[in-house]
Amino acid sequence: MSRTGVIICHCGTNIASMVDVEKVAEEIGKIPGVVYSVTNKYTCSEPGQQMIKDAIEEHSLDRIVIGACTPRMHETTFRKMLKGTKINPYMLEIANLREQCAWVHTDKEKATEKAISLVRMSVAKVGSNKPLFTSFIPIHKKALVIGGGIAGIQAALDIADAGHEVTLVEREPSIGGKMVMLDKTFPTLDCSACISTPKMVDVSAHPNITLKTSCEVEAVTGYVGNFEVTIRQKARYVNHDICTGCGLCETKCPSKISDEFNQGIGERKAIYKLFPQAVPAKPVIDAQNCRKLNGSAKCGVCQIVCPLQCIDFEDKDQLITETYGAIVVATGYELIDWTKLYGEYGSGRYADVISGLQFERLVNASGPTEGHILRPSDQKEPKDVVIVKCVGSRDEKKGKSYCSRACCMYGAKHAHQILEKIPGSNVYIFYMDVRTPGKGYEEFYNRTREDGATYIRGRVAKIYKEGDKLICTGEDTLIGKPVTVKADMVILETAMVPARGVEEIVSKLGISMDGDHWVQEAHPKLRPVETQTAGIFLAGTCQGPKDIPDTVAQASAAAVKVCGVFSKEQMETSPMISRVNEEKCCGCEFCVKCCPYSAIAMKEIDGREGNRKIKRMVATVNSGLCQGCGACTAACRTGAIDLLGYTNDQILKEVDALCL
Amino acid sequence: MLRYAYYPGCSMDSTGATYKKSIEFVAEKIGLDLREIKDWNCCGATAAHTKDEMMALALPARNLALAESEDLGLDIAIPCAACYSRMKYSLHAVRTDEEKKEQIQEIIEMPYEGKNDVLSFLDIFSTEEAMEACRSKMVRTLSGLKVACYYGCLLSRPHEVTGGEDTENPMDMDRIVALTGAEPVDWSFKTECCGASHQVDVPKEARPLLDRILRNAQANGAQAIVTACPLCNMNLDMRQAEINEKMEKKYNLPVYQFTELLAVAMGAGAKEIGLHKHFFPAFELMKKYAKRAGENG
Repeated sequence: MSRTGVIICHCGTNIASMVDVEKVAEEIGKIPGVVYSVTNKYTCSEPGQQMIKDAIEEHSLDRIVIGACTPRMHETTFRKMLKGTKINPYMLEIANLREQCAWVHTDKEKATEKAISLVRMSVAKVGSNKPLFTSFIPIHKKALVIGGGIAGIQAALDIADAGHEVTLVEREPSIGGKMVMLDKTFPTLDCSACISTPKMVDVSAHPNITLKTSCEVEAVTGYVGNFEVTIRQKARYVNHDICTGCGLCETKCPSKISDEFNQGIGERKAIYKLFPQAVPAKPVIDAQNCRKLNGSAKCGVCQIVCPLQCIDFEDKDQLITETYGAIVVATGYELIDWTKLYGEYGSGRYADVISGLQFERLVNASGPTEGHILRPSDQKEPKDVVIVKCVGSRDEKKGKSYCSRACCMYGAKHAHQILEKIPGSNVYIFYMDVRTPGKGYEEFYNRTREDGATYIRGRVAKIYKEGDKLICTGEDTLIGKPVTVKADMVILETAMVPARGVEEIVSKLGISMDGDHWVQEAHPKLRPVETQTAGIFLAGTCQGPKDIPDTVAQASAAAVKVCGVFSKEQMETSPMISRVNEEKCCGCEFCVKCCPYSAIAMKEIDGREGNRKIKRMVATVNSGLCQGCGACTAACRTGAIDLLGYTNDQILKEVDALCL
Repeated sequence: MLRYAYYPGCSMDSTGATYKKSIEFVAEKIGLDLREIKDWNCCGATAAHTKDEMMALALPARNLALAESEDLGLDIAIPCAACYSRMKYSLHAVRTDEEKKEQIQEIIEMPYEGKNDVLSFLDIFSTEEAMEACRSKMVRTLSGLKVACYYGCLLSRPHEVTGGEDTENPMDMDRIVALTGAEPVDWSFKTECCGASHQVDVPKEARPLLDRILRNAQANGAQAIVTACPLCNMNLDMRQAEINEKMEKKYNLPVYQFTELLAVAMGAGAKEIGLHKHFFPAFELMKKYAKRAGENG
């Protein structure tokens, strides 16, 4: 016969004010096998814990039920406490009498009845608890950071500075991401390139960082401490071991292609560096547009002029597999393609209706106009500029329902820059709301208004061309009248959306996304940089729209989490994982399909069919990957899978306790 | 096979006379077989849907049901944008709402399943088959004539009902008109409202709606406006002189139906299609540009 001890917690007045805790203890004390049933004011406190320890000794208890707050709060506290006693930490059940009872009811009598039922269920369950033991897995102390924008750069530097090896993977030929495209950053107006390029150089020079550009993650298997990652090194056609980055090839290349770094304003060559300060500062060949590689001409000029014979037209993609202990996802964002959504803004037919990022390149000293604000159609300086905010953001019908968070501020910054660089210019900003939640942000916005920017509250309904003017019509909703502004140039501050390909990387990593395809954090408030998969962390805008300060802060937070994993030689794993009864398993593989962590695989075992010996397939659970969610146990049609600490039998016993 | 059930609507024998004549001319040339629905009734136009939703759905549905009852499996061709819009609403209701479908059938006392599609004349002429048929019948070119193709609001909106691809910058009419050699201009008021019947009720308030269409067409170099609806056409054509007078403008933009351009390019005489019947003089401009195909200058 088991000897169960029950402690009902008052939780100050949290539980006791709505539940008659004495009555609960009394009723539960009548259940056979319960040899000790008391109440306590604050069970989680030091004296509370000591009382339980003493009771274990005094009453020879072999299992414990605590009626208190949610197990999310103090289950680990009490497990830790039990480690110092003769009872196994998993011989414990917690009945949630606070969040699921006292806090949500107003009738004390009924709440007390419910509390008794809840505790009775836990008593029934704990009766079939079995001691469980944690196991340990080794930790490979090397981190993989996916994405070389400012988030990935910051995370990589922080982890590397802490003394751990890091591989930084970037699919483009250079790291830097979006930040390095920007001109100045709000609200301090420091030069974006000046503060981000030194960090890029730090990455390339850091002894603990291996930089892998033109690379993509091909496949990921394994689990925290032991991820096996296959990386595809895309063919660059330039031997970076020899190349000095002299740039001669680039000047001689005859192919000109629209320059993606300059957002389509201006051209680049087919052999190119993404931008002059690229890291690594060595070119690659864009095979699609190279005359020799796409077969449209013999060319090969770069190969002829290269003084070091770095050009290798035979270069092929290569696959590299390495083991990492932790992964930081920092895949970033891109801007929504407004041309497909906003016919009323001309769908991209008007050259002088540009995106905010295009304006950043226009106003940037290293951009196509060397920092002179000249409109793309005729290279004239615009006098009247309209800025439209919330293009694609906060627009459920056409774009996204969310706010992109940074646009109000960079919209104000654009206005400031135009007013500063073009004397006598007029800037009209169409807005829905002005949101400036950040240090020095509201002050910056006010300064922009003092600079002379005209804020008009309302959306622009239509932009059309008459002569060389862009006519913007909309409504000023503060005065309730239609307004028309004749502009020389229009800047659309467009919504942030997850970077292209995020769906693939998420599926390779076995993590999840929200409805808008932002990568899902484990908890929106308390675990913002973790994913549901242990050992995989998030940094920057892959998790949701944010500005640079927030991105950098989150990247450093993710780095700390990685260092936390790396602070131990080996890692304790939860024993509450799924176990397969191979006798019962029919090999249907349904559990494999429904496991969100890719923790279940099939294996072949020896079986018997009558007298014949046969081979058959059964499911097997990887204890490193299993997170104990229980999806497989619900899905298993033969009942062959059980979640340890939460078996089918235990759940039925709880149901019996409630209903019989 | 260019064969359709045909719902002409009330305006084709009045304000849409030139539209009707040019459609008939072109139809004969290219072998477009239009089978007029027997015993058709008014689509309800603006009047019905401002009074009662079910009436607005049932009136057009009766016509569609009549076409369906002939069991020829023909889609229904509709020249007027307003009729087209009303028919589309009925078809959409029948196809997406079981309850409304039952109500409609009860009101019209006929079965109606919404089997066949409702097509505007732009839908029909922009098919590859019709384009090819037109191309082979061209005997004149309107080369050099710059036109603004005006679609009006109802052919593409609301998107949920019409399924129109592009509600801001549709291109079907531009492509059709280009067959004649005329040059459609890139402009921005293709789908802005012409004021429709408000031009009758509240002309002073509605006039600016026409004014902005004419202004943008002219500003983008158009010499004429081309329409695909009797009401849009009438508003732009009949009221242009009035706008010039009352708003002190100097617009000079003849307004043609797109089928008139096709007909002229296929060799139609002015009187055959009613070019002389326009309110705003339309003959001279056409005369200036229409040349025998292959002729230079």
